[in-house]
Amino acid sequence: MTELTVSPFSVRVNGDPHDVPSPLTIEGLLRHLGRNPETPGIAVAVNDAVVRRADWAITALADEDRVEIITASQGG
Amino acid sequence: MSVMAELIDPAVLDRTDVWRVAGLELQSRVLLGTSRYPSLQTLLNALDASGAELVTVAIRRINLADASEDESLLGTVRARGVHLLPNTAGCYTAKEAVLTAQLAREALETNLVKLEVIGDDETLYPDAVQLLKAASELVADGFQVFAYCGDDPITARKLADLGCAAVMPLAAPIGSGMGLVNPYALRIIRELLPDTPLIVDAGLGTASDAARAMELGYDGVLLNTAVARAEHPVLMAEAIRHAVEAGRLAFRAGRIPRRLYAKASTPDTGLIEVDRER
Repeated sequence: MTELTVSPFSVRVNGDPHDVPSPLTIEGLLRHLGRNPETPGIAVAVNDAVVRRADWAITALADEDRVEIITASQGG
Repeated sequence: MSVMAELIDPAVLDRTDVWRVAGLELQSRVLLGTSRYPSLQTLLNALDASGAELVTVAIRRINLADASEDESLLGTVRARGVHLLPNTAGCYTAKEAVLTAQLAREALETNLVKLEVIGDDETLYPDAVQLLKAASELVADGFQVFAYCGDDPITARKLADLGCAAVMPLAAPIGSGMGLVNPYALRIIRELLPDTPLIVDAGLGTASDAARAMELGYDGVLLNTAVARAEHPVLMAEAIRHAVEAGRLAFRAGRIPRRLYAKASTPDTGLIEVDRER
């Protein structure tokens, strides 16, 4: 998660592989996916661990990281 | 002031009947789910009609193809001024449930979680072993855990002992609408845990089910499908609100004991005498 790799590399985002430029932080990934990292209501886990919003800009992704990006949806 | 009012403890006459759970002070004893409504507008109208102050949501992957969806539910529900109660629906293991709860806390800035760890996708019955494990980890991590569980009094007591904010036994399987299939077990749970917030969660079908749950002394009811899939969800939401209020009042009023034989309500003194043989 902290080790930078040569570009480009691949991460799994919500189960699907994405080729992304390197180096890339979580904030960079969100922008790469067309998301505004300032949007409230979303959270991110990398390899089964939550990464706090405050750390998105300083957390670099590595090849084959598994990223989950979630939000609230309808539920009972 | 009437003679009656002077004799009755003022607390009994207090119609506000506020209750506390997870550090919140609530007026409404209805907890409502947000799933399976015919439209977002129906959901919002049902929320208003139910009076619910605690509203459950699920945690799911964002739709990478459509950024506009991210905030659609959240923004509109939050604008109602309700508290969100994220759930861990769909989790089969403590590990999944704990991570889902942690994601929910980060996304929604709340430490409330409706903990749901299921063992089977046909019954959706909770897996008690995984549930207790997850509850223990989440309580230690600072969560206010609302634990969805079966109607087994021992599991319920263990959840309370772990420090869950609320214990939520099911009335019947999720979405079944069967009502209170084992009111005796629910009653035992209430008697075992007099000081723990108890909520009947899942399986209610209509207003009378909610009233019966409240008459057992439960602190609240949580329902979703009974409202969302009713022919008229907004009317059902209102019916549930009235039923919960009525059931709560009836519990506080203290029902008469059941008896097998009749007992005349009209006094039998001063009856006229008639010769029945002529």
